[in-house]
Amino acid sequence: MSFFKKLKDKFTHQTDTVTDKFKEGLTKTRNSFTGRVNDLVARYRKVDEDFFEELEEILFQADVGYETVEMLIDELKMEVKRKNIQDPADVQSVISEKLVDIYQGASSASVDLNMQEGSLTVILFVGVNGVGKTTTIGKLAHRFKQEGKKVILAAGDTFRAGAIEQLEVWGERVGVEVVKQAAGSDPAAVMFDSLQAAKARGADVLLCDTAGRLQNKVNLMKELEKVKRVIEREVPGAPHEVLLVLDATTGQNALIQAKTFKEATDVTGIVLSKLDGTAKGGIVLAIRNELEIPVKLVGLGEKMDDLQEFDPEKYVYGLFANVIEKGTEE
Amino acid sequence: MAFESLADRLQNTFQKIRGKGKVNEADVKEMMREVRLALLEADVNFKVVKDFVKKVSERAVGQEVLKSLSPGQQVIKVVQEELTALMGGEQSKIAVSNRPPTVIMMVGLQGAGKTTTTGKLANLLRKKYNRKPLLVAADIYRPAAIKQLETLGKQLSFPVFSLGDQVSPVEIARQAIAKAKEDHHDYVLIDTAGRLHVDETLMGELKEIQQLANPDEIFLVVDAMTGQDAVNVAQSFNEQLGLTGVVLTKLDGDTRGGAALSIRAVTQTPIKFVGMGEKMDALETFHPERMASRILGMGDVLTLIEKAQANVDTEKAKELEQKMRTMSFTFDDFLDQLGQVRSMGPLDDLLKMLPGANKMKGLNNVSIDEKQIGRVEAIIRSMTKLEKEQPEAINAGRKKRIAKGSGTTIQEVNRLIKQFDDMKKMMKQMTNMQKGKKKGGFKLPFM
Ligand SMILES: Nc1nc2c(ncn2[C@@H]2O[C@H](COP(=O)(O)OP(=O)(O)OP(=O)(O)O)[C@@H](O)[C@H]2O)c(=O)[nH]1
Ligand SMILES: Nc1nc2c(ncn2[C@@H]2O[C@H](COP(=O)(O)OP(=O)(O)OP(=O)(O)O)[C@@H](O)[C@H]2O)c(=O)[nH]1
Ligand SMILES: [Mg+2]
Ligand SMILES: [Mg+2]
Repeated sequence: MSFFKKLKDKFTHQTDTVTDKFKEGLTKTRNSFTGRVNDLVARYRKVDEDFFEELEEILFQADVGYETVEMLIDELKMEVKRKNIQDPADVQSVISEKLVDIYQGASSASVDLNMQEGSLTVILFVGVNGVGKTTTIGKLAHRFKQEGKKVILAAGDTFRAGAIEQLEVWGERVGVEVVKQAAGSDPAAVMFDSLQAAKARGADVLLCDTAGRLQNKVNLMKELEKVKRVIEREVPGAPHEVLLVLDATTGQNALIQAKTFKEATDVTGIVLSKLDGTAKGGIVLAIRNELEIPVKLVGLGEKMDDLQEFDPEKYVYGLFANVIEKGTEE
Repeated sequence: MAFESLADRLQNTFQKIRGKGKVNEADVKEMMREVRLALLEADVNFKVVKDFVKKVSERAVGQEVLKSLSPGQQVIKVVQEELTALMGGEQSKIAVSNRPPTVIMMVGLQGAGKTTTTGKLANLLRKKYNRKPLLVAADIYRPAAIKQLETLGKQLSFPVFSLGDQVSPVEIARQAIAKAKEDHHDYVLIDTAGRLHVDETLMGELKEIQQLANPDEIFLVVDAMTGQDAVNVAQSFNEQLGLTGVVLTKLDGDTRGGAALSIRAVTQTPIKFVGMGEKMDALETFHPERMASRILGMGDVLTLIEKAQANVDTEKAKELEQKMRTMSFTFDDFLDQLGQVRSMGPLDDLLKMLPGANKMKGLNNVSIDEKQIGRVEAIIRSMTKLEKEQPEAINAGRKKRIAKGSGTTIQEVNRLIKQFDDMKKMMKQMTNMQKGKKKGGFKLPFM
């Protein structure tokens, strides 16, 4: 039970609002997910094929994705065989262990943002349409501002109606400058301007918005590569982060999004937005597992402070809290 | 291989079954597992998948598939039929109120595409039905939501009604409808803010707007990339508001779009339109059969199978397959096959329908000249029995005679012999590929 102990300790000692917020955001997720695991366990007296089939369905329902589910089930089966587990209740513990395992994976990539101390940090936001790029920029700007950093926003979405104005509203709300050009202008040019401005004004952070684009639009992906090249050229070592925003409601396509955006822009981290809904965002397990891109931040609402660091243990804990708590009481 | 199409998946399963002659119930069960996985990969909700698979299994076990010589195709056919049936017919009609203006409310989760679709719908109403819609900016929450709609309105030269973001959406809707009456607008399109289906306050706000505006249509706008949660979202919006239609956006992406099936299954509400891009003219009628194929990842393979089934003598097909295996394929068989294929329709069209054909080297740009085929037939008809069976026996003298007899040239005869040779080699490769576990093996459906 040391695994649970560790997890529980970590969790209960963090009583700050961050944890509560995260927990609150995941309540719906947790209730339905754990509820189903418990239902499952109650209905089966033996760990057999049917049991695994049902378990498979629970995972599918969480949008975990076929390959990861198969892998997980296979490993669970092996584990069950190895330890000669008969009681489904014991399988619960193996499940959560495995989930954290999968998430941690081989690499232990940090979820911390790669911030440059004492010099300009450039963060580029990419993703398909409507996932929450602009909103995340607003939230992150707020956080950096509160940390006392000088932040500038680059209005790199010159295409979508009202996109520049949307970022401007965020700029006003948070109290940071927005560099923009007219709607319809070249996003690479906006980026160039913004980089110059950030350097001239000695900004700590430049957050670059881009227009939403579906990953199968070759020209738009090329445009994005160009934007990134401008950043690379103007600031050595930049962009320091390329954050792919994924909507937690998205199903299997998120994996293709991650793959394609990674190829085009070398994504360094994921922001999982809209986790305050009922969607489970399980696809991040698959993405982590197959592409090794870590989730760094999660979006839990539309307000300024609805952004949190992603903590894999907490995430899994959130999914399995009831199960785990039961386990530690024994 | 996370995104194999059902056709590929079933193909792999059939490899095991092939040669056994007929399939039994266990085989069907295995095929159903593939169907299930294909649908799950396409994001169809797992409960919907379960019901669906049950239905298809029943049909499959009941005769249709078991008796068939081509069980794989039969399964796909049954699956496709059931999918299309579940998806309902085509319904892109928009309500017309007999007491204008007709009011349409756009609702949905954040970022689904409501505002964009509002613009597109207005555009469609004007273009197709010669209507004069008023756009209403009732999203007072999202930063610059009003500006977004106003920009679209300006682009399209539609008036946009707004009272800023300090007036309640219910009041905005009320005044907008009054204004529409005054200015003789026949349609009022209300763009509402994105909201979670579990947000009681904001869902309550929608109900208030609904009570006041008494809309003729309430469209749920859904992102085609939505995963398993689509059922919860659709069900919840439907229960609380009573949807009249669904618009599936961002279908210009590469998602399978299984959400379409889920939503339809839980709400029984027709999907009326699909969003095919960010531009204002990218709104199309929803086609259930196309969506079914897309979910299965199959191109138009079904049409092809139907054609093949209608035209190909299954006995002959079996014989042919045997010949291909044993490499005893002759010019006579070639002729025979040509005849069968030709009776299916223009070859160019057929090729386009093949799954994976666009990816096959050399096949993507092929354009087939029907006249050319006539000449090929003539050449083969000018061969003797021996020549047809043993092409290697065709020497220079024989070539000359064949060319003369068929009214073609020696070059043409040469080319055909070469092509025939290549084809045999390709068949050998394909049969090898199918013997081994390699994926991507490709074969015509009647082989
Ligand atoms: N509930 C919830 N809504 C969110 C979250 N993040 C963003 N949104 C909402 O999602 C919608 C789209 O967000 P945007 O920030 O405009 O998304 P985007 O990726 O910039 O969109 P495009 O630029 O059009 O591609 C807005 O209504 C946001 O308020 C979140 O974490 N939770
Ligand atoms: N490629 C593509 N993009 C679309 C389509 N429909 C909408 N979009 C894009 O999706 C993003 C979100 O669209 P909006 O119309 O702002 O979505 P919304 O539902 O009004 O968002 P909120 O008001 O924030 O809830 C924008 O970038 C749109 O350009 C579509 O059919 N295809
Ligand atoms: Mg944006
Ligand atoms: Mg909107």
